[in-house]
Amino acid sequence: MLADPLLLARVQFGLNIGFHILFPTISIGLGWVLFYLRLRWSRGEAWVPHAYRLWVKIFALTFALGVVSGITMSFQFGTNWPGFMQTAGNIAGPLLGYEVLTAFFLEATFLGVMLFGKDRVAPWLHTLSSFLVAFGTTLSAFWILALNSWMHTPQGYEIIDGQFHAKDWIAIIFNPSFPYRLTHMLIASALTTSFVVIGISAFQLLRNRTWEPARRLLKTMVIVAAVLTPVQIFVGDMHGLNTLEHQPAKIAAIEGIWHTERGAPLLLFALPNKAEQRNDFAIGVPKGASLILRHDAEAELVGLSAFDGKHPPVLPLFFGFRLMVGIGVLMLGLAWLGVWHLVRKREWPLWQLRAYAAMTFSGWVATLAGWIVTEVGRQPYVIQGLLTTADAASKVPAAAIGLTLAAYAVVYGLLIVSFMVVVTQLAIKEAAGEKLPPSVAEEMAAGNA
Amino acid sequence: MTSLDLPFVFMVLMGLAMLAYVILDGFDLGVGILLPFAPREEQDLMVSSIGPFWDANETWLVLGVGILLVAFPHAHGVILTALYLPVAAMLIGLIVRGVAFEFRVKATGWHRDLWNHLFSAGSLVAALSQGIMLAGVVTGFADGAKFTAFGWAVGAGLAGAYALLGGTWLVIKCEGDVQRKAMMWSRYAVAFAAAGVAAISLAMPYANPGIYAKWFTADNLVRLAPLPILSAAAFVGIWLALGRLLHGKSRKEWLPFVLAVWVFVFAFAGLAYSLYPYLVVDRMTIWQAAAAPESLRFVLWGVIVVLPMIIGYTLFSYRVFWGKTRHLTYGA
Ligand code: HDD
Ligand code: HEM
Ligand code: HEM
Repeated sequence: MLADPLLLARVQFGLNIGFHILFPTISIGLGWVLFYLRLRWSRGEAWVPHAYRLWVKIFALTFALGVVSGITMSFQFGTNWPGFMQTAGNIAGPLLGYEVLTAFFLEATFLGVMLFGKDRVAPWLHTLSSFLVAFGTTLSAFWILALNSWMHTPQGYEIIDGQFHAKDWIAIIFNPSFPYRLTHMLIASALTTSFVVIGISAFQLLRNRTWEPARRLLKTMVIVAAVLTPVQIFVGDMHGLNTLEHQPAKIAAIEGIWHTERGAPLLLFALPNKAEQRNDFAIGVPKGASLILRHDAEAELVGLSAFDGKHPPVLPLFFGFRLMVGIGVLMLGLAWLGVWHLVRKREWPLWQLRAYAAMTFSGWVATLAGWIVTEVGRQPYVIQGLLTTADAASKVPAAAIGLTLAAYAVVYGLLIVSFMVVVTQLAIKEAAGEKLPPSVAEEMAAGNA
Repeated sequence: MTSLDLPFVFMVLMGLAMLAYVILDGFDLGVGILLPFAPREEQDLMVSSIGPFWDANETWLVLGVGILLVAFPHAHGVILTALYLPVAAMLIGLIVRGVAFEFRVKATGWHRDLWNHLFSAGSLVAALSQGIMLAGVVTGFADGAKFTAFGWAVGAGLAGAYALLGGTWLVIKCEGDVQRKAMMWSRYAVAFAAAGVAAISLAMPYANPGIYAKWFTADNLVRLAPLPILSAAAFVGIWLALGRLLHGKSRKEWLPFVLAVWVFVFAFAGLAYSLYPYLVVDRMTIWQAAAAPESLRFVLWGVIVVLPMIIGYTLFSYRVFWGKTRHLTYGA
């Protein structure tokens, strides 16, 4: 099985995109956080430059990791899925092209000015650069998710001689699942970033209880998370309803429905048993799935057996989905508890700071779980119902794929560890109360006067 | 716009993006390749000279590959699968180089030294792999020991040429001791780069009869003579200009860099002439590989509107960081 080039190509692509998405998720959110801090800068509050200094460093690091892994991604469509480019290139190409033209150059160029130009350009120009970087990252999510959503819910095309041709670009970009996927992903990015900031700030407070920048940011981001988590849960639910309409096999796998049934239960836990096409040890809310998905307790839900073998594997979807939703619920609880504390103006209890610190990278786990549900849920297709993954795969020998896969895995493993270590070290150093440079300290003093 | 030869337009755009990439990221990679020759305290300044630009410079590569994918999807897969291993090596080189920018200033102790080494190693690996990829393209992905050796030779030549760009860039951006060293390095690099350009120019016609025919007819030799002659003149010019700077006889610090760019432009023109109209030598022309016209037209609008803006704000960012390099700070 290890010699199967299709499997290796899939694992390699999954590994690369799974690594890549970790960093955009933070870049998109953190870009806006830095823009917010940059706007507050002029009020002369001394905590702002401290907070800015830490998070701009983390942002620069995150961005660099996002860029280098993204460049890998732009080659992987050709190296791993030449069949995809040959049949769907007319549609995928322009969307990726617009991402490069409108988003990548914008964010990459103004990043230089944002990071290193503060003493070289007028303050308004620096603030504008900060805005353009954040805007660029968001725009790039727009284009890439338009393409990805189109692969799930294709429309606006015609097939001539086995090739996709664009008929209506507006229909292609604003395909049925796009609004849900874009919103869900952008909120995922905001939540992941919120919990990174919450977690690192809590970690700093555990070492230095009076560290003002951490107190301020913790408060702000807890409020952001408390507002956005319920929105995310609502949007996720809508997303699921949309998927039920367009990819019913995916929903059947998520819910663990093997055979079409009326009044299907909402499974909280089960061990899907593929061999016998049923669930073992199922614990669930009777009629729950029918109620949520059809708003009718007796409604019928189509089971996997109705798809003639052309359905995704159940295990990763079933557990991936529960992992994502579980983290979402956990985030909701912790964020609302935090707001409750803020309202009562209590000091943060130790256990809560520890819980926040433990949740630092929880957004990553939920995001990856969500993407695995989405992408594995499209199998055996690359383009839902139209092009199978096997037909899209490359004919590169398994040995070459295996070799590069191992190399990527090693590099990525080391980079993830380095990233987490460096972020923690930066936070410790900053919370130890390092002084601001004289020019900034003066600026702040003038602002306070 | 229906009468427009869209594949030709996109070939020109792709060529220009690739040329922009090799020149712009060329000097970044060149500075990386030269890094080990400088003592620790000077390395920070060298990296600072490219710090604000490298990310945008690398984006030209994404645009080049992007156009290959957008405009020539049929060739995209063929070329990238044929170059599978060197592409992977280049990507890993670029990954290591790119993250080292950040890690080298944030890590402490021996980690810092490690990231400095990785920075140069990544730059060198990327340059070598790009040379090997180029050799693959001009020989039509031929296999065999002879072609492997040729690939490594082109790789070494390209690394030398990047070092030349990097060295002459440092001559512009640095002062004092670092600048003097950069002048010396650039002189060594001239030799490497010239050997590389000569090797590829001579080997290409012999590897491929079609290319031979394009150059070696009496007419064409005369018409094309300016290309090799002007390239050679530029190399000599760089050598002399560096000599005059070293001996304090001239203050034109920008001249060697401009001449080095000149060399890249000429070498590129020669390559473009040799390969046209093929994307995969002797197998696939730009018209055979092209995407559907409605897709190309859709992207062309974007290019017409956005490319001038990109060029505009790129110039703006170079202006912001104009002049001699100082140590970079985040301003807080
Ligand atoms: C939801 C957002 C999202 C998703 C799904 C992807 N990316 Fe990405 N990408 C970004 C969001 C992003 C970003 C936010 O724009 C980046 C991340 C790092 C950075 O911080 O910019 C970026 C960087 C980035 C770069 C470097 C750009 C530069 O030089 O600045 C490339 C070439 C790609 N990506 C390509 C891809 C490809 C081919 C993908 C699909 C398979 C992909 N990305 C998925
Ligand atoms: C950004 C987050 C994303 C993640 C984490 C992700 C994850 C994955 C995973 C895990 C697979 C392997 C599935 C399997 O083999 O069963 C996969 C496949 C794939 N994805 Fe994504 N994906 C993401 C975004 C995208 C985007 C934006 C696109 C296209 C624009 C895309 C296109 C593909 C393609 C072409 C495949 C190959 C088919 C396959 O092996 O399933 N993905 N993705
Ligand atoms: C708690 C309630 C949540 C529900 C009901 C929910 C629902 C869903 C559904 C149904 C999908 C699959 C979409 C498809 O059919 O392709 C999905 C995907 C995804 N989820 Fe969630 N989700 C929830 C929470 C979260 C959280 C907390 C995060 C991250 C912080 C997250 C991140 C993602 C991502 C990144 C994807 C893949 C992109 C996409 O298809 O939108 N989700 N979610």
